[in-house]
Amino acid sequence: MNARRCADVIVVGAGIVGAACARALAQRGLEVQVLDDYRGGATAAGMGHLLVLDDNPAELALSAYSLQCWRDWAPRLPAGCAYRNNGTLWLAADAEELALAAAKQQRLSTHGLDCELLGAAALRAAEPALRADLHGALKVGGDGIVYAPNVVDWLLAHEHIRRCRAQVVELDGAAVRLADGRRLAAGAVVLATGIDAGALCPELPLTPKKGQLLITDRYPREIRHTLVELGYVKSAHQATGPSVACNIQPRPTGQLLIGSSRQFGSRDPGIDGTLLARMLKRAVHYVPGLATLNAIRCWSGLRAASPDGQPLLGPHPHRPGLWLALGHEGLGITTAPGSAELLAAQLCDERPPLPVAPFLPQRLLPEAADA
Amino acid sequence: MKRAYDLAIIGAGPAGISAALAAAASGARIALLDDNPVAGGQIWRDGPQVRLPALARRLRAELAAQANVDCFAATRVVALAGPRGLLLEDEQRGWRLDYARLILCTGARELLLPFPGWTLPGVSGAGGLQALLHGGLPVHGERVVIAGSGPLLLACAASARRHGARVQRIAEQAAWSTLARFAAGLPRWPGKLWQSLRLLDPAYRGASHVIAALGRERLEGVRLRQGGQIVELECERLACGFGLVANTEIAQALGCALRDDAIAVNDWQATACDGIYAAGECTGCGGSELALLEGSIAGYAAVDEHARAQALWPQRQRWQRFAEALRTSFALDPALRHLAAADTLVCRCEDVPYAALAGHAGWHAAKLASRCGMGACQGRVCGAAARTLFGWSRPAPRPPFTPARIATLLELDDEQEPPCAP
Repeated sequence: MNARRCADVIVVGAGIVGAACARALAQRGLEVQVLDDYRGGATAAGMGHLLVLDDNPAELALSAYSLQCWRDWAPRLPAGCAYRNNGTLWLAADAEELALAAAKQQRLSTHGLDCELLGAAALRAAEPALRADLHGALKVGGDGIVYAPNVVDWLLAHEHIRRCRAQVVELDGAAVRLADGRRLAAGAVVLATGIDAGALCPELPLTPKKGQLLITDRYPREIRHTLVELGYVKSAHQATGPSVACNIQPRPTGQLLIGSSRQFGSRDPGIDGTLLARMLKRAVHYVPGLATLNAIRCWSGLRAASPDGQPLLGPHPHRPGLWLALGHEGLGITTAPGSAELLAAQLCDERPPLPVAPFLPQRLLPEAADA
Repeated sequence: MKRAYDLAIIGAGPAGISAALAAAASGARIALLDDNPVAGGQIWRDGPQVRLPALARRLRAELAAQANVDCFAATRVVALAGPRGLLLEDEQRGWRLDYARLILCTGARELLLPFPGWTLPGVSGAGGLQALLHGGLPVHGERVVIAGSGPLLLACAASARRHGARVQRIAEQAAWSTLARFAAGLPRWPGKLWQSLRLLDPAYRGASHVIAALGRERLEGVRLRQGGQIVELECERLACGFGLVANTEIAQALGCALRDDAIAVNDWQATACDGIYAAGECTGCGGSELALLEGSIAGYAAVDEHARAQALWPQRQRWQRFAEALRTSFALDPALRHLAAADTLVCRCEDVPYAALAGHAGWHAAKLASRCGMGACQGRVCGAAARTLFGWSRPAPRPPFTPARIATLLELDDEQEPPCAP
């Protein structure tokens, strides 16, 4: 490729992960060119729920580290980013789920995270809008919410970052070809285009998990924490069929953002009415008063899921010069800061802040690609 | 609850009423849906201060006499439900309606363009002021300025005067020469001669448009450009009619093709989707005479009475020429796209000023960055304004098409719940 060197690093994709990577690299003094086609992806569609998940030690380490980054960023985030450290309540509907909550508390506490087991009465006092017969909840105090599209703009506002609207149609090591025929080169290319990465890098084992969300009109605030049913973990990990779980998030506007659903294999952006209704049924089951509120919008998005549920962060094993930061499934907004630090540390030959092995792309790309 | 009909008609304005009456003789079971409390649409909006035209009263009486037409007033279409189904909501409940054929008579809404001061109390759309007058708004003795483009301004002025307002100015943006040509052609259409005479109204000015609404807490006056001059008039009300935007959201969701920002139809008023017809302002603005004819044609076609539908084609053609004359005579001056100042609100739901939108790549990017269009009006007002201001494309509509109770959306789950364990 006869390419013009335009920067030290080209980041393809200006979602939250690409933006965080660009920022982390720029802070190390590198000149970064960000290319994005403005089609919008999971960053625009997601709930912006910042939460610690602990299905395995790697996920817990990355999400807990990232949450700390978010809390460090918080004082500097502009108002439009709508950051709130409102905490998550994991709702236990029965004794079995309360036991799950207790086990989760154990794991999070061991990791040094702020969490508290609420009994039925304490839960009612914390969130009176919830149905009265719940057994309790685990409160994770460090969790929060954010409006990710505006965080992207904040992250990219850096003297070493240039952002340009361009569609990349081909990757060639540390160079890219654009739809208008131009070729740009750099010391490295970071691919951070989520589920759309398959078009440029077909060997990536990413599958779309479609989600649908609904937002209500503005109402006087009655819910303070993000409310998630403990069954969420079960539902999110279901291997094939569509699933729904109660996830209710109070926005600073007074609106309620309601999720969540998972559908495998669909790339249709349209709203699946049946699944939407089932998702809302879960939410109304936990907060009966929701039934009378007005919904004003629904939308969908695609999570980019890797086979083992962990993102791919690091060098592409068979394409020298190409680095990957993708495959975050539902945790891209939460783990963008940690993902960016892991990627930048590897790219700059620094000691990473966390063990990097669980996230290395080579675990999922063992054989040489045909290309 | 779920009900099934041979034919569903969305919208009970002139086109919808006329479609229902044309189709009714076939004996088909017909549902006529409208989100207003009574049939009539925007042009025949009923209310305490209203004396409807004889034609409107006659059509409403005929409609009431049809045993096979069920009229559902104050009923909104919330979403599509299955391949031939609609999710509806009224004051009491959400329910589903299945249809074999569908006629879209969803009408049009006013195009509201932002200019400094347009959000002051006392400023409204021209159609909006008419609706307020029909609803009983007292304007007796108030000074009113009407600005914008098209015959709606004259109709609005007539309504305001009937209610005792003093119309200070009717500011039409089209040039005098264009207006003269339009007026000279009016006698070609029955009943339109009077309109040409109204252009002699002493308050009427061509080549004039609003620059700003003036006032602190509420409207105190208006600044206009009249030809080459800037004039200021004191007034209590300003009504602006910049034109109409076809309501195409449901049609788009169904997959119907659009043409010139309206639903595309063929000679039978059939859309690109099998079994779905459209008539009236949602297929392009042309006035109530055209809407009535299109409605009849759609109604006949939808019950396979093709000869009766075809018999109306020549009349429709005549009124289509009138619509075309309207379109060319009252095309918006590009200057109207540049009235807003940096701090002029474009999105009233979310308080988004012009400066927060300008410079974005498109509607989606602007919306994500500024929250424009994320409010309860779902971008109906600011989205149409942004298309005019910036030339951005129309986003694909998503349910709910109108704000709807969550309880209503629960009706979308039509599959049997798995049986519970004993």
